[in-house]
Amino acid sequence: MAQATDITLWEAIKNGVIKDNTIFKLALSLCPSIAVTNSLKNGVYMGAAVLFVQTMVNITISAMRKVIHPKVRLPIFMLVISGWVTVVNMVMAAMAPDVYKEVGLYIQLIVAFASILARAEMFASKNNIRPSMYDGIGMGLGFLFALTVISFFRELVGKGALWGHPLINAKPLLILVLPAGGFLSVGILMALFNWLDARYSTGKTAGH
Amino acid sequence: MEMLKKEHQLTISVSPHVKSEETTSRIMWSVSAALMPAALMGIYFFGPYAAVNLALAIIGALAGEYAFQKFLKRKITLTDGSAFLTGLLLGMNLPGSVPFYLPVIGSFVAVVICKQLFGGLGYNVFNPALIGRAFLLISFPKLMTIWKEPTAAFIHLDAKTTATPLGILKEEGVAKLMEIFGDKINLYTQLFVGHRAGSIGETSAFALLVGAAFLLYRGYISWEIPASFLGTAALMAWVFGTKGALFAGDPLAHLLSGGMLLGAFFMATDYVTCPSVKRGQILFGIGCGFLTMLIRLKGGFPEGVMFAILIMNCFAPLIDRSFRTRTFGARKETKEKEVRK
Repeated sequence: MAQATDITLWEAIKNGVIKDNTIFKLALSLCPSIAVTNSLKNGVYMGAAVLFVQTMVNITISAMRKVIHPKVRLPIFMLVISGWVTVVNMVMAAMAPDVYKEVGLYIQLIVAFASILARAEMFASKNNIRPSMYDGIGMGLGFLFALTVISFFRELVGKGALWGHPLINAKPLLILVLPAGGFLSVGILMALFNWLDARYSTGKTAGH
Repeated sequence: MEMLKKEHQLTISVSPHVKSEETTSRIMWSVSAALMPAALMGIYFFGPYAAVNLALAIIGALAGEYAFQKFLKRKITLTDGSAFLTGLLLGMNLPGSVPFYLPVIGSFVAVVICKQLFGGLGYNVFNPALIGRAFLLISFPKLMTIWKEPTAAFIHLDAKTTATPLGILKEEGVAKLMEIFGDKINLYTQLFVGHRAGSIGETSAFALLVGAAFLLYRGYISWEIPASFLGTAALMAWVFGTKGALFAGDPLAHLLSGGMLLGAFFMATDYVTCPSVKRGQILFGIGCGFLTMLIRLKGGFPEGVMFAILIMNCFAPLIDRSFRTRTFGARKETKEKEVRK
């Protein structure tokens, strides 16, 4: 269990984006995936914030893993996570105030993401710094990928625009930018993702 | 064994041994037929444009069902009539003047997202036609609330836009309604015939009642849901219908306007999405009537039938569980435990 695994960056990314995708496969952290994905810009910024926090948390926990007493590991994980979230929070408030105004609350809520704590507990606290960093990048990219796809779909169909620029000159489906549409689009895209995955990776996972 | 002739062998089969002639598709087509008078009245009042919208909703539903089942290589079930009925109901729930792409989008959402993605006929939690309408109402709030005055003339296309009786009742009160329709008798008559603004298939109370009577006579719908639905709604309209005074409302105007009759007889009674226990159906109907009037009198929308039925659809499984009938010969669970002790 405590054996160190050595993975390459490519394997980590493939794992994070496809096999253990936080939103589409594990169905974790669905709150931001519905709340902030009504425009592509918000989605991408949120995804980037999570990518950064996940990577830095994994590196920090992995570096500290030998000095953390197992009994108090969870409070320490939480402290590390909230430290990095504070960094992202302040950077974003300073660099992108317009986005921060809309997604600020959810940036702070990254502290409570089950997926980040889970990776710290399951992976970073048992592995060396390099694979932990790769794992953080992989999982973070998976989250960024999911948020990008969802917000791309929602802004395009719900507003007829992308990154704030109007593209389609037709009446958009208003429901998709409302919260109800968030549930609908996450559900539909999750189904589509899993269907594609099952269709194209049957050969590889047939033995399992 | 091999020596025995075929007719001497025993046939072993599980119950039920006696089957009736009724099939799902027969019921679906009968309900569709029962809706026809109201649909025809809608076409008569709102013109050929409304007829095209009705047709598009039906075609959209059939095409959506076919495409999805073909895509997933499932059995194509177009002939069971359920997609046709969904499309027809959705079309009847739209204002006659919506642009042509609305019924297509709506019926696609109804059949593919609400029905097929949940597993097909019999597995959907919500009434598909109502989900399609809710999707359209939230997506296109402006287009879905433009009501045309009934013209009852096939050539005359450019009818004036107007408010529905319920909209007038909500915004301006009973006095304005009286001003438009003259006296109460005229108001009731017009509502009964269906000469008023509204969705294509909801206006003619008379035609809807004819269809409902046919379904009740054939036993395809039971009286429990419509009776408790309409009864609760009438009671609430009577008690709370007028602002500032109790027991002064006009229940008949509320029952005859909006989608109340269409909802109570044809949509709340959908087999899949209503409770199957009789006592549960009464509770279901009371809930529908209560929520409808709550939305009509206090909510932001002038009409609440759609949301009321959809909300109660969520409770249908719970209602069924709590009103479970006891198996013949079985004792109550609590007593059984006591005996064991």
